[in-house]
Amino acid sequence: MSPEHWTRPSRADAHGHADTAPAATSATPTREQVIAGLRATSEGGADLVQLLTPEGQRVTHPDFDIDVSAEQLRGMYRDMVLIRRADREGNALQRQGQLGIWVPLLGQEAAQIGAGRALRPQDMAFPSYREHGVAWCRGVDPTELLGIFRGTDHGSWDPHETGLGLYTIVIGNQCLNATGYAMGQKFDGKVGNSDGDASENEATMVFFGDGATSQGDVHEGMVWASVYDAPVVFFCQNNQWAISEPTERQSRVPLYERARGYGFPGIRVDGNDVLASMAVSQWALDEARHGNGPLLIEAFTYRMDAHTTSDDATRYRMDDELQAWKLKDPVERLRVHLLREELADQDFLDEVEREADELATRFRQFCFDMPEPPPERIFSAVYAEESPVVAAQRDDYLQYLSGFADAGHDTEGSVR
Amino acid sequence: MAAPTVESTGSETTRTQTITIAKGLNMAMRAAMERDPRVMVMGEDIGRLGGVFRVTDGLQKDFGEHRVLDTPLAESGIVGTAIGLAMRGYRPVCEIQFDGFIFPGFDQIVSQLSKMHYRSQGRVKVPVVIRVPFGGGIGAVEHHSESPESLFAHVAGLKVVSCSNPVDAYWMLQQAIDSDDPVLFFEPKRRYWEKAELDPTTPPLSLGSSAVMRPGTTATLATYGPMVKTCLDAANAAEEDGHELEVVDLRSLSPLDLEPVADSVRRTGRLVVVSESPAESSITSEVATRIQQECFYSLEAPVLRVNGFDTPYPPSRLEEGYLPDLDRVLDAVDRSLTY
Ligand SMILES: Cc1ncc(C[n+]2csc(CCOP(=O)(O)OP(=O)(O)O)c2C)c(N)n1
Ligand SMILES: [Mg+2]
Repeated sequence: MSPEHWTRPSRADAHGHADTAPAATSATPTREQVIAGLRATSEGGADLVQLLTPEGQRVTHPDFDIDVSAEQLRGMYRDMVLIRRADREGNALQRQGQLGIWVPLLGQEAAQIGAGRALRPQDMAFPSYREHGVAWCRGVDPTELLGIFRGTDHGSWDPHETGLGLYTIVIGNQCLNATGYAMGQKFDGKVGNSDGDASENEATMVFFGDGATSQGDVHEGMVWASVYDAPVVFFCQNNQWAISEPTERQSRVPLYERARGYGFPGIRVDGNDVLASMAVSQWALDEARHGNGPLLIEAFTYRMDAHTTSDDATRYRMDDELQAWKLKDPVERLRVHLLREELADQDFLDEVEREADELATRFRQFCFDMPEPPPERIFSAVYAEESPVVAAQRDDYLQYLSGFADAGHDTEGSVR
Repeated sequence: MAAPTVESTGSETTRTQTITIAKGLNMAMRAAMERDPRVMVMGEDIGRLGGVFRVTDGLQKDFGEHRVLDTPLAESGIVGTAIGLAMRGYRPVCEIQFDGFIFPGFDQIVSQLSKMHYRSQGRVKVPVVIRVPFGGGIGAVEHHSESPESLFAHVAGLKVVSCSNPVDAYWMLQQAIDSDDPVLFFEPKRRYWEKAELDPTTPPLSLGSSAVMRPGTTATLATYGPMVKTCLDAANAAEEDGHELEVVDLRSLSPLDLEPVADSVRRTGRLVVVSESPAESSITSEVATRIQQECFYSLEAPVLRVNGFDTPYPPSRLEEGYLPDLDRVLDAVDRSLTY
């Protein structure tokens, strides 16, 4: 959309047009509505940072070029293939009744792996709920994600050990938390060190969606971060949809442009280009570590699957759109590049495939073998200091359950 | 502006039909929008998608994008702009997608929505309805199964109600929309697909009244929302043991209509109050306190409560243990009877 278009009084026309479009059935939008709504096939505009074309051709960029070895490229290919496989298995396990829900990452592998591989161990990452690729890069095994979606826990990894916060479901909350964490990094003297101490510098990266940008918490996070020069990189994955609402429901301007209003740089990167995502993330994290934060990255990408396994995307968007984005598939793009440039051979690809099969098997088996959480878990860890109220309720409840056991019934759950 | 009265309009709303709670709510919004052009519906994914529970299905198609708004993703924005729209004469019905997502809107609800009428000495009315699918039992991830109604009942200036069945869903939502006060409307999401016969020519109870759902003599169960069905099931089961449990659906949580409960307790001498929410400082605390004040000499046993525990809502594989069920209700009845 051009700037003239933002101010041109075309709203009445637009509505006139919408009103004359034939009504759709609730299940399928009409062709007219599709054309009116085939917005998500946009190319991302002239400012989009890209280093690999959708055809897998390496291009250069004046500001964000990067040297990567063939080994690094192969590594990121492996990352993407493996996490995509785990993601597909997650979907399948939900369909088989093993999981209550699964949140697919399909299509966003490059955005996440590029960003995740730019993080250093001492950095901190705050995810929302779709960041399986980021989790992978932080060393959180995909099996650790299963508990949340199976309903055995609310998050099983240790944020302190892994440098990955727990999945955050309430949209936008983590942006303020990440900003506060980054303020702490700065107050602790872990920002802007030079020479020998530079390797100790830290930064924080926070992940959220296009829909999230409307939340007050995201706005406030950006205000705080800019006021305190916090070393935080806001990584917005614009996957074009917030459930059924296209990004146009959230913003008139491209999201990366919002950064200017807060007084820090915003960059739009091709989120389906793992190389560009890594280059821009590395640059932004380095800026933050040197004391030039905060920064905003908008990764322009696409949610290739439904919002979750509970969602039916055919109710609000058309297959044409998906087909258009399939041509920009992030994994395929790197595969073609590797082959074209002879940076990998068929043996390598086969080996990654074999590893993916192995991961899939291990992932599934882990899911089948997950123990039921014991009833005590309802009451544990509510407070750092045990609450007498909660302890009494726990004791009463366990006693109540043992009454059933005495009567010959099973108590639910096995003790881990 | 005088609130229009609730009447049946259109053919769909005059014949007896079997409906679900979800359908009753949909019909209620449709009827209200047909009756009054100032009624509008707003929320996340409620337009083209028809809401994640499909409660607003078809409304945008029939009433247009100006009256059925797919809003940006911000609950404070939804509630805050609804207040402004109400000041301008509209009657917004907001949908909060899930109970656990109402909190970004909490500030607007507590600081503006509840106090505007009082602050303006009655000059400014804010007839906003906030629909909240609430409660657990659907096997969902965190923040999708909470029961935050007591937080709102604690706030002066808000009406807080909960429907438990399709007929109430249909009538109560229309009455809430007609109310000149702001109404928090809690919908038992796990019961959305429960069915009942709706005869729209039968006049409804008033929004503020509780209702005896099943008469009985042995003990009284007072409850609301999703637990009404649980308590009715418990009453059926108790029949086998020769117990006749009276079940009262509170319906209005603020203000509470406790006369039917007190009447019942004066006859049965025993009261168990049931809710999914944590017990501490909750609706059930309020009912227990007031009934023991009202009915002290009629009580044969202390008022007992069956609630969710005073913990965050657990991972869903544990929710069966967390949520009051038939056995826990009957266990409390037994404790009351053997006191
Ligand atoms: C505060 C809040 N409101 C509503 C929801 C329900 N909800 C879950 S995901 C979602 C859309 C999020 O879209 P976006 O930020 O673009 O992230 P994406 O899911 O596309 O990754 C909504 C509305 C929520 N989780 N939290
Ligand atoms: Mg999105």
